[in-house]
Amino acid sequence: MIEANSQERTVFAPWNEADKEPFVRIENVTKKFGNFVAIDNISLNIFEREFYALLGPSGCGKTTLLRMLAGFEIPTSGRIIIDGEDMSKVPPHKRPVNMMFQSYALFPHMTVEQNIAFGLKQDRLPKAEIADQVERMINLVKLNAFAKRKPEQLSGGQRQRVALARSLAKNPKMLLLDEPLGALDKKLREETQFELMNIQEKLGITFVIVTHDQEEAMTVSSRIAVMDSGTVAQIAPPAEIYEFPNSRKVADFIGDVNIFEGRIADVQADSAQILINASDVPVRTGRSVEAALGETVWVAVRPEKMIVSLNPPKNMTENVLKGEVWDIGYLGKLSVYHVRLEDKRMVTVAMTNRYRETEHTITWEDSVYVSWAPNASVVLMS
Amino acid sequence: MGRFRLRVVGAERLCRVDELSGVVMTSPGPIKKKHKGLPLVSGGLVSMICECPPYRWAASKCYRWGLQGRSLTVMVPYLWLVLLFLAPFLIVVKISFSEIRIAIPPYAPLFEMIDGLYVQLNLHMANYQRLFHDDLYMYAYLSSLRIAAVSTVLTLLVGYPIAYGMARAPKSWRLPLLMLVILPFWTSFLIRVYAWIGILKTEGFLNMFLLWIGVIDEPLVILHTNIAVYIGIVYSYLPFMILPLYSSLEKMDHSLLEAAADLGCPPHKAFWKVTFPLSRPGIIAGCFLVFIPAVGEFVIPDLLGGSSTLMIGKTLWSEFFNNRDWPLASAAAVILLLLLVVPIVWFQRFQSNRSQLGE
Repeated sequence: MIEANSQERTVFAPWNEADKEPFVRIENVTKKFGNFVAIDNISLNIFEREFYALLGPSGCGKTTLLRMLAGFEIPTSGRIIIDGEDMSKVPPHKRPVNMMFQSYALFPHMTVEQNIAFGLKQDRLPKAEIADQVERMINLVKLNAFAKRKPEQLSGGQRQRVALARSLAKNPKMLLLDEPLGALDKKLREETQFELMNIQEKLGITFVIVTHDQEEAMTVSSRIAVMDSGTVAQIAPPAEIYEFPNSRKVADFIGDVNIFEGRIADVQADSAQILINASDVPVRTGRSVEAALGETVWVAVRPEKMIVSLNPPKNMTENVLKGEVWDIGYLGKLSVYHVRLEDKRMVTVAMTNRYRETEHTITWEDSVYVSWAPNASVVLMS
Repeated sequence: MGRFRLRVVGAERLCRVDELSGVVMTSPGPIKKKHKGLPLVSGGLVSMICECPPYRWAASKCYRWGLQGRSLTVMVPYLWLVLLFLAPFLIVVKISFSEIRIAIPPYAPLFEMIDGLYVQLNLHMANYQRLFHDDLYMYAYLSSLRIAAVSTVLTLLVGYPIAYGMARAPKSWRLPLLMLVILPFWTSFLIRVYAWIGILKTEGFLNMFLLWIGVIDEPLVILHTNIAVYIGIVYSYLPFMILPLYSSLEKMDHSLLEAAADLGCPPHKAFWKVTFPLSRPGIIAGCFLVFIPAVGEFVIPDLLGGSSTLMIGKTLWSEFFNNRDWPLASAAAVILLLLLVVPIVWFQRFQSNRSQLGE
């Protein structure tokens, strides 16, 4: 599916190179806590210099998977191979990876400098070398003025930086980040996301981030693994996850989506037609489907790819729904319309507010048409 | 004090303290408007108290003397200390400056009316002079400090692993374990120390057991030596060491140890670099709680110690009850207190300076 997006300029996509050896190989890993299966036979590969996101709702096992990479949990079965070595049973202090904790886990009895130097001291490096590296790290996260402070004297954002500096100080081959921005406010979080990306690019380290915030995962990562109750639902770059989800679960978890249940009515070489159940409205897709006629499938359409209009769209017989405006949410840059269809189902449409005042203002209880282009509809088999 | 809103279920009233009279005023009737989502004081008790005359009188008096809710709250422990610590101590200080007399009470009054004309102050420094010149007392002080210090270190060595184990135990185990630590307090302290005589004496349980398993050929002499005193103090004061240690170890964030491991620190090193320094407040509190009462300990050295065990508590007792020399005993008690309080105050000053410097 990626070929649709890739152009002539080189894209960072080592997962498409056939002979590329992955940096981390998780092979059929299962983790049980008593009778509870936290991770259910997961296999995935992470490549060098990747910014890999484990995304999922709480309790989906993403943190357990990260903790297994760090060595705090040992897989019940399966192997974890990091940089060619089987690490499944290696204790955390002997792994070439470092972790940034959700709680930051800064040592409260040490200053910022001492916290950052902690890992370096374990390697018995010469003092001058430690001091140099600590200074480099403090510069990297711009905490020069706070080097002698203790964690309790820092703000949440500053602590987050110390935690980042401490986990990067040992030049790990891979950095694991457990909800690293969860405790920050929205604005700071967005700034820090870009900073994380810059640091990752600058140092060329593999980052694995655990998050439940889909926007965060989309912003920072090169690939996202969407997890659900111990299994991986889909692994793909952010745009592909968003535009071509492979199941209703993924489509629903990433962003907003309208899903219609229907059956295949026609299959062509470059398109397919689906009749929505109950209303029999025909929906055209932009690409072909491998399914038999009459098979039940689901059509997903993103709200922002739909248009609400007062007049019926011209020259369109397919992908048009009739309804009534039920709710309008004005969000500033866009307006969200909840349109109630004739069969009483609701459809969400998001349209950008391009003009200060539109000439044909759509308002409550207006009879409207919702339409979208064929390539906006995605067919989901499950 | 200003305004505050009193919420009572059923009848909400606006209350305020009148700035001039200091009287708590309430609005004439219930506030009709319902306030959603704000906590309500349950029951009509508060409004009843607020409106009853004694409360109003007390509130107005307190307000006039500049006493507000906060200072009243702070006053309670101070009142307690003044009544039950400072006042008795001042009486002891007073007695320590008087002269022994064979009378009831067995000391001379500090102030004496002479001919009904003037008051004479009789300050006797002799008791203190004797304390400093008689080697017996100095030895008793030093030996008390030594025995208390050694016992404190031993208690720490025994108590730390126990507290550590408790703090690392599964959550459901912790409360029962805590109960077990406190359990000995349910029996009289005296009986427990007596029980140790039965264990430690020449034909006691310990010797019988050791002879039986063949570790020793003849019974060990433990009772009536300093070793018995150490055993007694460690046993008796162990809960005072374990409880503060446990509370500081228990609240430690486990992810700190994970972070240490993640940064390449093996578990045994992480203990000394992370766990131990972070439990320091518990160690200090525990050591104080053991050391201070151990210095003045009387029962344990009296029952378990021998004639060579010299402790100031025992000396005090014999001065007080055997010699009936209240003034000398009081002086010994005053010196003991100074010996303990001065280092503690100095230590606390040092601690707060350090934390202010942010070290």
